[in-house]
Amino acid sequence: MSNPEVLVETDAVSRFYGPNAAVSDMSFVIRRGEVLGFLGPNGAGKTTTMQMLSGNLAPSSGRVLIGGFDMRASPEKAKAHLGYLPEYPPLYREFTVDEYLDYAAALRRVPRKNRRASRERAKARCGLSTVGGRLTANLSKGFQQRVGLAQAIIHEPDVVILDEPTVGLDPNQIREIRALIRELGQDRAVILSTHILPEVQASCDRVQIIHKGKLVLNEGIDALMSRMESQVLVAAFRKAPEVAAIEALPLVRSVMVEDERRLRIFHEPGADPTDDIARLALERGWGLKEINPEHSSLESIFAELTGESAEAS
Amino acid sequence: MIRAIAWREWRALFLSPLAFVILGVAQVILARLFLGHVNLFLMIQGRLTTLPNAPGLTSLVAAPLLGNTGVLLLLITPLATMRLIADERHNKTLTLLYSSPVSLTEIVLGKYLGILGFYAIIILMSLAMPLSLLVGGRLDWGTFACGVVGLVLLASSLAAIGLFMSTLTRYPAVAAMGTFGVVFFLWIVDYAGHGRGAGGAVVGYLSIVNHYEPFLRGLFDTSNVAYYAVLTATCLLFSVRRLETDRLATR
Repeated sequence: MSNPEVLVETDAVSRFYGPNAAVSDMSFVIRRGEVLGFLGPNGAGKTTTMQMLSGNLAPSSGRVLIGGFDMRASPEKAKAHLGYLPEYPPLYREFTVDEYLDYAAALRRVPRKNRRASRERAKARCGLSTVGGRLTANLSKGFQQRVGLAQAIIHEPDVVILDEPTVGLDPNQIREIRALIRELGQDRAVILSTHILPEVQASCDRVQIIHKGKLVLNEGIDALMSRMESQVLVAAFRKAPEVAAIEALPLVRSVMVEDERRLRIFHEPGADPTDDIARLALERGWGLKEINPEHSSLESIFAELTGESAEAS
Repeated sequence: MIRAIAWREWRALFLSPLAFVILGVAQVILARLFLGHVNLFLMIQGRLTTLPNAPGLTSLVAAPLLGNTGVLLLLITPLATMRLIADERHNKTLTLLYSSPVSLTEIVLGKYLGILGFYAIIILMSLAMPLSLLVGGRLDWGTFACGVVGLVLLASSLAAIGLFMSTLTRYPAVAAMGTFGVVFFLWIVDYAGHGRGAGGAVVGYLSIVNHYEPFLRGLFDTSNVAYYAVLTATCLLFSVRRLETDRLATR
């Protein structure tokens, strides 16, 4: 796994709607065997990016390469490497699942004699084996989403692009889809857009955060997790504690008094002074009511990365 | 690829009741008109035998019925073609085609052949009636075949107009109204200016019906074939260009 093949490459891609830049100057690469999470709040330009990667939207400037082929110069060759599940699964409502998947396989140039096998494999992977004869219009949202996913992987593409794949699914289905994404990511490149942080934690190797059309973060999932690790404890007491005593504890850096009985305690990264504070509170009878690590949320990371307050974004 | 798209289009038409309703209504109307033509023929049959070079079954029954079918196609086209692209755009299924390794030309041709398949059924069903005359009479095959060629050319150009209108919008009703407007305009365009100078000739040339009538009289003129071929090709080309602009949307 020294340097696997680059499957997706974007080079300074921008997209304007009138004077507004939906995406500006975005460059990144994705290699085989990677699951890339595309994370951003609603309206950040995620869907626009997905549409450009899938050839549904032409970039105003810059290039998109899929499997080494330029999306503008040789779109058919580029799209042959691509499976795309858009925000709304593109289902023909009057078709059954089997008919629909056969059509999708034909469009992706799966040879006629392999279509049946491809269809059955995609159905088995997406948990659709029992609904082959049903009309797509009558399926629940979760099943429709899975049919959409099945059409994206029916031709075994190198690159799978999924725009918010778990919207509308129940927790069990979400778990299954995440497992499928992991499995797909082993031997191809998967791009996943979402605004849900746990989604990225669960399925991705790498994360890119997009905000107002710009890439503000591009790093491994571990780096993101350590960024999110708490360095703050929030503690509440029944009686006002002695702030100086807490500040004197070895792992504590500083203490901020929110009100008389509620403190925010900043500590060394990687250390946890919870036990010490609890012991102190017990010894001195402050009446510890609660003590919690304050997790930094996606919003606060956005705020940190973009230099805006979480409320404003 | 074209075949897969055409096949889906054709199937989708018959999975909705619209196709059956169109076929049924068309058949009832054409049957009524056919009976009318046959009736007229039977009434004047006795007098015809006394005339030299009298018109026969083909020009008194088959040709008028082909004419009627042409007019009926003018009215059916907006309904039959309105969903081709507009519906896919509305349901966001166009994404499936756009992200597949299929060129826009293949999409347009596939859609076009799919709808032509539907027109083929209408035409075949309308031809069944004059052909039933063979039980007790004879047809002038040359004239009849010429009329059928004209009808096929007319149908091809109507389908192409409808397809182009359907690429312009995401609402099938808007596409239908647009198609109806264009087709009806091409139909009546020479009503006012018929035969008045050069302007009148140009307007008369535009008329979609003027190029159809010679075929019904058994007159195969390549300039009429060219009219329909150019109209069809232009609409198909415009359709491809229109789909290209989807990718360039600025709003």
